[in-house]
Amino acid sequence: MMDILNALVVLANFVMIPAVAYGSQLALGALGVTLVYGVLRFSNFAHGDTMAFGTMVVILVTWWFQSMGISFGPLPTALLALPFGIAATAVLVIGSDRMVYRFYRQTKSEPVVFLIVSLGVMFVLNGLVRFIIGPNDQSFSDGERFIIKVGDFKKMTGLDEGLAIKTTQGITVVTAIVVVAALFWFLNKTRTGKSMRAFSDNEDLALLSGINPERVVFYTWLIVAALATIAGTLYGLDKSFKPFVYFQLLLPIFAAAIVGGLGNPLGAIAGGFVIAFSEVTITYAWKKVITYVVPETWAPDGLVQLLSTEYKFAVSFMILVIVLLIKPTGLFKGKSL
Amino acid sequence: MSEPFLIGDCMTGGYGKGPDILHDCTIAVEKGEIAVIVGPNGAGKSTAMKAVFGMLDVRQGAVRLDGKDITKLSPQDRVLQGMGFVPQTHNIFASMTVEENLEMGAYIRTDDFSQTMEQVYDLFPILREKRNQAAGELSGGQRQQVAVGRALMTKPTVLMLDEPTAGVSPIVMDELFDRIIEVARTGISILMVEQNARQALEIADKGYVLVQGANAYTGTGKELLADAEVRKSFLGG
Repeated sequence: MMDILNALVVLANFVMIPAVAYGSQLALGALGVTLVYGVLRFSNFAHGDTMAFGTMVVILVTWWFQSMGISFGPLPTALLALPFGIAATAVLVIGSDRMVYRFYRQTKSEPVVFLIVSLGVMFVLNGLVRFIIGPNDQSFSDGERFIIKVGDFKKMTGLDEGLAIKTTQGITVVTAIVVVAALFWFLNKTRTGKSMRAFSDNEDLALLSGINPERVVFYTWLIVAALATIAGTLYGLDKSFKPFVYFQLLLPIFAAAIVGGLGNPLGAIAGGFVIAFSEVTITYAWKKVITYVVPETWAPDGLVQLLSTEYKFAVSFMILVIVLLIKPTGLFKGKSL
Repeated sequence: MSEPFLIGDCMTGGYGKGPDILHDCTIAVEKGEIAVIVGPNGAGKSTAMKAVFGMLDVRQGAVRLDGKDITKLSPQDRVLQGMGFVPQTHNIFASMTVEENLEMGAYIRTDDFSQTMEQVYDLFPILREKRNQAAGELSGGQRQQVAVGRALMTKPTVLMLDEPTAGVSPIVMDELFDRIIEVARTGISILMVEQNARQALEIADKGYVLVQGANAYTGTGKELLADAEVRKSFLGG
């Protein structure tokens, strides 16, 4: 009995909790991608670097706050800096829309042209972020490190195995729930949100109904900026901030959005968790868990790790390929909001 | 005789920079009446209607609504002037509920539109029943009701329907025509393009037979149905 409990604790500590936190971050990222796809009808390859830009601003403001001695008690100061990051990112994406994307919208370009254009924007952002904050790792998490510490958990339960929940993991999940609830409320209950869904569903009829496309586009970018900054900041708090890592995040984020069905917000969330859980379970060394569960003589000698963690991106790729082969529209029907 | 409520007068034009599709074509409808455009495939029926709604260049001629020249207005601006348009396809927001479809129809209205919505529900009771269901999940006839209901939400003075009965069963078609007559009785002028020429002319106050983008025959619905030439050429004897 104790063994089973220990196994569960190990599983929770090394698989469930990290995967839930990572999944929330991916879900927020995928929501941004899926909104752009649904409303503006292209795959925004600049999303990863938009996240990096937003996070960078949050970090800079956090440092500034720290230098002035402002803190958020046990919570990371970065949360206080979030609104600044969102505002700066909103200016950035709406600016890039005015300067770049709007031209292609007016000339009614093909989605693939938009995709390439977003690649260009991605490179510009890439350089911009590295120019301002540099290519190196930045750690900006402060406040209380843990909600539950390993030692305390052991004392509390008397188990051999410990369980830790980092503050950043808790914050990630709570923030993700709040943000997603707010987003769905906005899309389903407000006039502007509904007009965004209508525009995504049937552009011509939306125009006939008097919905102003530029207004819809403006609100979409605003929401995307908020989602990207929040997702990036949560990821950075939980792990660390490195521009290249954010660029790499593009793959699992797109995989999540496509698995769920591009353009479907509910799908983006489900996809985020599918990708996160697959990545964590496939790259996790199961030896400890299995040793607890099976009789002593069956205990494995190896690590029982399907893929080493360096290959975690291969997991997203595999899922992406499988989904595209078997169910190209994703788990939920994609293509409209 | 005073001018009709809505008239596309001697329209000549085509899509973009393409060739002319309409040639000196005139379409008109009186207040509270039903005008039907019929004709063989490729006669420019839908094009004539789109011209009246401003979806293509009218190079010669004019469109006047209630005596006002609206030739230069965009389709969106014509909606503001009181014209409602139901396209032939993709005429609903499939992923949104019936009620949301109606709300989007009323998007340009800043006043309280709940009463208009009640009127639409009274006209199409089935929609009230399915108000919280996604419009894309409804049957063909019900979707058309959603489409017409959406267009009615702006309280238009003219309702334009592009083949409202395309792809629905004969029973549903009769039902839809009954509803369209009801809409006309409330004082809304109706201009529609119809594939089912005979049934459409039966309910029409005015009929236009187009051939190759020009007026071939014009008359009341009854006259056209009685016209031997029209019967032979377009109504199958």
